[in-house]
Amino acid sequence: MDLLEFARGPAMQWSLIILVFGIAWRLFGIIFLKRKKDLAEPRQTGVLGGAVKTIFSRSVPARAFWSRVMYSNIVGYVFHIGLAIVVFAFLPHILWFESILGFQWPALPTSVITLVAVITLASMVALLVKRLTHPVLRRISNFDDYFSWLVTIVPLLTGMMAFTHTGFGMRYETVLAIHILSVEFLFIWLPFGKLGHSFLVFLSRGTTGALFARRGART
Amino acid sequence: MSSTDLEQEHPLDLESKRVSVKKPEQRFDTQGEMPGAQRVHTAMVNFVKDFGATSAAYMESCVHCGQCAEACHFYVQTGDPKYTPIWKLEPFKQAYKREAGPFSFLYKALGLKRKVTVEELQEWQELLYDSCTMCGRCTMICPMGIDIATLVGQARHAMFQAGLVPHELWAVAERAEREGSPLGATASVFEDRIEWMGDEHEVEMRVDEDEADVLITMSSIEIQKYPESMAAVAKVMNHLGLKWTFRTDGYEATNFGMLSGNTAWQKDMTKKIVEAAKKVGAHTVILPECGHAYGALRWQGANMMGEPLPFKVRHISEFLAEQVNNGRLKVKQVDSSVTFHDPCQVSRRGGATQAPRDVMKALGMELRETQDTGDYNWCCGGGGGVITIHRADRLRYKAFEIKMEQIEKAGGEMLLTSCSNCRQNFDDSQEHFHWDKTMHSLLELVADNLVEN
Repeated sequence: MDLLEFARGPAMQWSLIILVFGIAWRLFGIIFLKRKKDLAEPRQTGVLGGAVKTIFSRSVPARAFWSRVMYSNIVGYVFHIGLAIVVFAFLPHILWFESILGFQWPALPTSVITLVAVITLASMVALLVKRLTHPVLRRISNFDDYFSWLVTIVPLLTGMMAFTHTGFGMRYETVLAIHILSVEFLFIWLPFGKLGHSFLVFLSRGTTGALFARRGART
Repeated sequence: MSSTDLEQEHPLDLESKRVSVKKPEQRFDTQGEMPGAQRVHTAMVNFVKDFGATSAAYMESCVHCGQCAEACHFYVQTGDPKYTPIWKLEPFKQAYKREAGPFSFLYKALGLKRKVTVEELQEWQELLYDSCTMCGRCTMICPMGIDIATLVGQARHAMFQAGLVPHELWAVAERAEREGSPLGATASVFEDRIEWMGDEHEVEMRVDEDEADVLITMSSIEIQKYPESMAAVAKVMNHLGLKWTFRTDGYEATNFGMLSGNTAWQKDMTKKIVEAAKKVGAHTVILPECGHAYGALRWQGANMMGEPLPFKVRHISEFLAEQVNNGRLKVKQVDSSVTFHDPCQVSRRGGATQAPRDVMKALGMELRETQDTGDYNWCCGGGGGVITIHRADRLRYKAFEIKMEQIEKAGGEMLLTSCSNCRQNFDDSQEHFHWDKTMHSLLELVADNLVEN
């Protein structure tokens, strides 16, 4: 078995298993903790609506905060949307999804994907620069923050290397194998560190939304 | 410790604009005798004690984006990153990941999170008490929706049990537990002042009635500093023709058990009101113009007692709004523009943001809102017990500068709020800054403008 076969075979299987079980373990570890019944008379019922509303409303900062957090939010959005486009609208990725899901969807032209990948890369660099220079971010950042950044940017870089056939002396197959392995490492890391926000975001926003809705406070 | 000892050890300062204990010559910010390691252990055990799915979801979710700093008056005004709200929980986050989280076995086995030290906890005392009013503005900005204010409250439980509470806050909380009031408003003081206000304002006062539909509670800040509010609430109740009473066995609505982090004391304080209300058969308990009193009884009261409360709990501003909206309370028109300061615990965290606005509308006032208002209002900087702590004064005044600036810009002729703790912070800060604006009480304004039946 060569490196590419390993990456496409057992490494893929195991990384996906770790991804799914890791997420389940972390979520269940939270959800199944005791949940005290709130005995206070609610101002309003229908707290589920509040949970759902907060899940959406927290996607954009409130007007009162715009001037102070605009930059991080715009760069953050560029990064997240860019990454989503590269992952889900690039033809070779769609073919991989098809091999698992059994159906496909239209791809964006590779020229667009290239541009988006470069923008995404730039946004990640901008976010790292801010983390390294802003006093608040410097203070609160830990290993997880930097490591998760690295684990996210490596697939992007190796993907661009594979796509542009830039191997720095390595064969294309090797570069591709490294790309796939780097994605698999991201799968493995995702449930454990801050990348878990991809699923925890619904839980924590929803929790506050439900709590606030009960009180009649802004969701 | 007897009452005289209490007076000697922690004498109250009732003369200054801000009521607290006198500025201690020597600070005692550590209570009890305990080795450092035991303090840490006690803190962590008590932090995770009430830990449920809600807090765990929050502890797991932070992405270290740092945006909460931008919502916090203490960070915004100082630029010091240590005031970043989520940073205030750092030792507890460490301990949670190491001891209680879903992957704690990994963290422990691999030694990924080191043990928190007592020195760290001592350092964090300032962050959890002096520089957090639990106003929850950070909660509103957090893209993950983490309710940081609630977590700070939980961390305070831990700090109290570990004997790591700031001198003044501990002193007033202890006094509240022993005397029934944090600021010397004992039952007899309360009774005297009711009588005084009744005579002064020629209003019928009702004290210790055996039966009543409505139990009125007060904040000791009002009893000691703004006694007119007792006359004001009595005028309103009499005007409405309600069967109401003050009770000397359940009048103190402030809850320094909650603010300092002692849940047993918090329960004791809540229990007094609950039992007094039960005794007279009240269907409604009215909370005074006090922010945290609202959170303590309205949202935490039943949970403290372990059973639903057999009466409705209303903040006075909510009650006034209900009564003007249903047409029972008739008020004169006040020819003035007004800027309202929202008490965080009543508006943003209590859900009663609209109530005072309905009342001001009924008074025919032109409301001039501050740039950030209602649920996004900037805290005055004195809540959460911060105002009692002398060493936090500099920080509190710094935070207050935002308020002054926004209020100046809003330009209402009158300044109103419905929290006496905010009000004393405004009075104290007004004196400090030689500011020309004076804060007034919404309740007192209503009481002064009742339409005679």
